[in-house]
Amino acid sequence: MEPKGIYDILSKTFGSKIKQFLENTFPPTIIVESSAIVDVCKFLKNEEGLNFTSLMCLSGVDLKDQGKMAVVYHLFSITHRHKIALKVEVDRNEPHVPTVEGVWATANWYEREAYDLFGIIFDGHSDLRRILMPDDWEGYPMRKDYVYPKKYHTWDV
Amino acid sequence: MGILEDRLPDNILFTTVDKFLNWSKKNSLWYMLFATACCGIELMQTGASRYDLDRFGSVFRATPRQSDLMIVAGTITHKMADRVKRLYDQMPSPKYVIAMGSCANTGGPFYKDSYSVLKGVDKIIPVDVYVPGCPPKPEALIEGIIKLQQKIMQEKNLVKK
Repeated sequence: MEPKGIYDILSKTFGSKIKQFLENTFPPTIIVESSAIVDVCKFLKNEEGLNFTSLMCLSGVDLKDQGKMAVVYHLFSITHRHKIALKVEVDRNEPHVPTVEGVWATANWYEREAYDLFGIIFDGHSDLRRILMPDDWEGYPMRKDYVYPKKYHTWDV
Repeated sequence: MGILEDRLPDNILFTTVDKFLNWSKKNSLWYMLFATACCGIELMQTGASRYDLDRFGSVFRATPRQSDLMIVAGTITHKMADRVKRLYDQMPSPKYVIAMGSCANTGGPFYKDSYSVLKGVDKIIPVDVYVPGCPPKPEALIEGIIKLQQKIMQEKNLVKK
């Protein structure tokens, strides 16, 4: 199905929770209200004709100039071979996004990585720990205003 | 030696204890099957049939408890550093370390402005031989092992105090 068609179905079902459709990005992106992301993902996965069974990638984005954090979900349907991206934007100082772990189990590690590097809190996540950095690391290295420490334990950084 | 040799039966040789022990140590340098980054590919190639590290008595062991040599092949991150230290501590003495490649030597391409990479494995464990390269060719690693063998041959095992 074409991305525009997917957007039309979503905005018909969820109304004002679906904010915007960016056609010229790759893949075309739908911006979704953060409170509705779990319902939208469940719908996209289970609805006949859409069947987005695969969460290919989940990324965090630091939109420092706009005072926002974003999470981007790249979805792929193995059945119908179509792609779409979802984007959720939240306040940069309190970045809370509901977890989609219940929809795709693979989101567990993706969300841990986004938490580790951007400090985005995924509400309801079963095991939200750091995954790449050491457990006692301070700060979130991929944030644009991150200043890394001079020393870690006894080693120069 | 002529007079003495004539009086002994076959298969008896004279040597020093140091030379004999060092010779047996240098020709059985079993290294740990352990790699952290792309240098590991060259390490595998060195052990494989074309370069055949077995010729020098070096074969890989999949546990630190049977290893004499740790070849640190690749980038060591801060998170990995504790694990490397623990693996080194689990090896029985005498034990040796080769730092293979720029990352293990100094941090290499991650030396400047990297928050996550340890700047040289010698910050956590003692290193015997540094092999430069990014990554070093198998010939370079073999030379590193031969250098280590030369170093082992100079060791003193029995010293009067």
